[in-house]
Amino acid sequence: MLPVACEDPAAYADRSRRFADVPAGDGSRHAITVHRPASLSGIVGTEQTPQGQPVEVSCGTCHEVLRPPPELPTSARTLGGPHSGLRFEHGSNECRSCHDPERYDRLRLASGDSIPMTDALRLCAQCHGTQHRDWLHGAHGGMNGHWDLTRGPRLRNHCVDCHDPHAPAFPRFRPMPPPPDAPRRSADHG
Amino acid sequence: MDEKPTRRVALKVLGATLGAVAFERALSPLRELDNITSVGDFLQKHYRELSRDEMNAVLRRLEDETQQRYGREVTIRDVRPTEGVQFAYALNLSVCIGCRRCVDACHVENNHDRPTHQSYIRVLEMTSGSMDMEQGNVGYDHTVPAEGKFYMPVQCQQCENPPCTKVCPVEATWQEPDGIVVVDYNWCIGCRYCEAACPYHARRFNWHKPEIPAAEINPDQSYLSNRIRPQGVVEKCTFCLHRTREGRLPACLEACPTGARVFGNVLDPNSDIRWVLENKRVFVLKEELGTRPRFFYFFDV
Repeated sequence: MLPVACEDPAAYADRSRRFADVPAGDGSRHAITVHRPASLSGIVGTEQTPQGQPVEVSCGTCHEVLRPPPELPTSARTLGGPHSGLRFEHGSNECRSCHDPERYDRLRLASGDSIPMTDALRLCAQCHGTQHRDWLHGAHGGMNGHWDLTRGPRLRNHCVDCHDPHAPAFPRFRPMPPPPDAPRRSADHG
Repeated sequence: MDEKPTRRVALKVLGATLGAVAFERALSPLRELDNITSVGDFLQKHYRELSRDEMNAVLRRLEDETQQRYGREVTIRDVRPTEGVQFAYALNLSVCIGCRRCVDACHVENNHDRPTHQSYIRVLEMTSGSMDMEQGNVGYDHTVPAEGKFYMPVQCQQCENPPCTKVCPVEATWQEPDGIVVVDYNWCIGCRYCEAACPYHARRFNWHKPEIPAAEINPDQSYLSNRIRPQGVVEKCTFCLHRTREGRLPACLEACPTGARVFGNVLDPNSDIRWVLENKRVFVLKEELGTRPRFFYFFDV
């Protein structure tokens, strides 16, 4: 006869060991913070600091002084300066589909409302409603921190953390190595 | 009267000598065992029979043994479930790209054996349109995601009706009140019945003493989860209970670059996991077996 009865939780020698001693919270919850990608407040220039770090230039550095701005191009190929060589693979969109033609450091919603670059989530959500809905419920996009907000905060990824708005398809890459004991199949080498 | 050496005496002496040698040889594995098992380990009670004081003594002993054997100071805790919490996990197969970051995060978090790159998660590369996990390919090694494939990470499904706990002859594995199926590594006899009973290939056996360089050991450990396992016992995914029972997300979820994983308390009606279960077409693996997994899969529609 075995000394423990696993079906009966009362078998715990010391009942206090059964559940954790979690102090009752005051009902307050920690915040869910959305990460703010650097690419939403500037671009990484081609110049380097004396320490070899790439220089980050905020949008306003150029676009505050270039007013009124020149007309927005319709294709990325005609872009020059810090934007030359921009890869654009985002459907049939044009620059002005998202960028505010009046103020280049801002975005423009379909409604015509101008919004700051950092509110890009609202702009993405206009077309990608199902992804936005899933994101709001934690079912799209990576996160870190706590599932239990009474015990700690959570940090959510922003759309732009994973999707380059100009070429949003998630990149393909090599996976981490397979387990050493995994049987290799010929299909892998084909 | 002097006894003359006779053939009979000589045979007696020879027999006794051979017997003694054979006896000594037969017991020699016990001497080797001394390096693996301490006396305290040998006499330790089942996890669920330990009082709080006894538990603390066991934890301190295990910390000392880790220090001696692996040269690293670690903290081993007994993290208990929280009342009113039932864990569930969901995974979005439309989003998973098969990058194996979760596999690697598990390897690091749970102090797995380095040479075998052990992990509680296997990612199956599946042909689009097929749902037979036995046909999945674990060993793929090419750029992902591949055309015409989808990727299905499989780990312990934390069944509500677990076949693995029922076959254990010594009750070294059981289901906790928050739904996590655990193993008392110090009670397990290594018969591997549970490994055979699991329909999801979720249990692993420690064929060797795990090898981990001291610098790579995760020092935040718990008795029922990621402490370094002894040789000859079975181990499994515990939903990172040393993290999740304190409100944190599991390591595999944090490592996921696409956000395919959703974790939480299914008893909380406002939790993300509840939203997924109520709004997505979730399914479980091998539903026909009646194991009632707490691990759900879904596709975006």
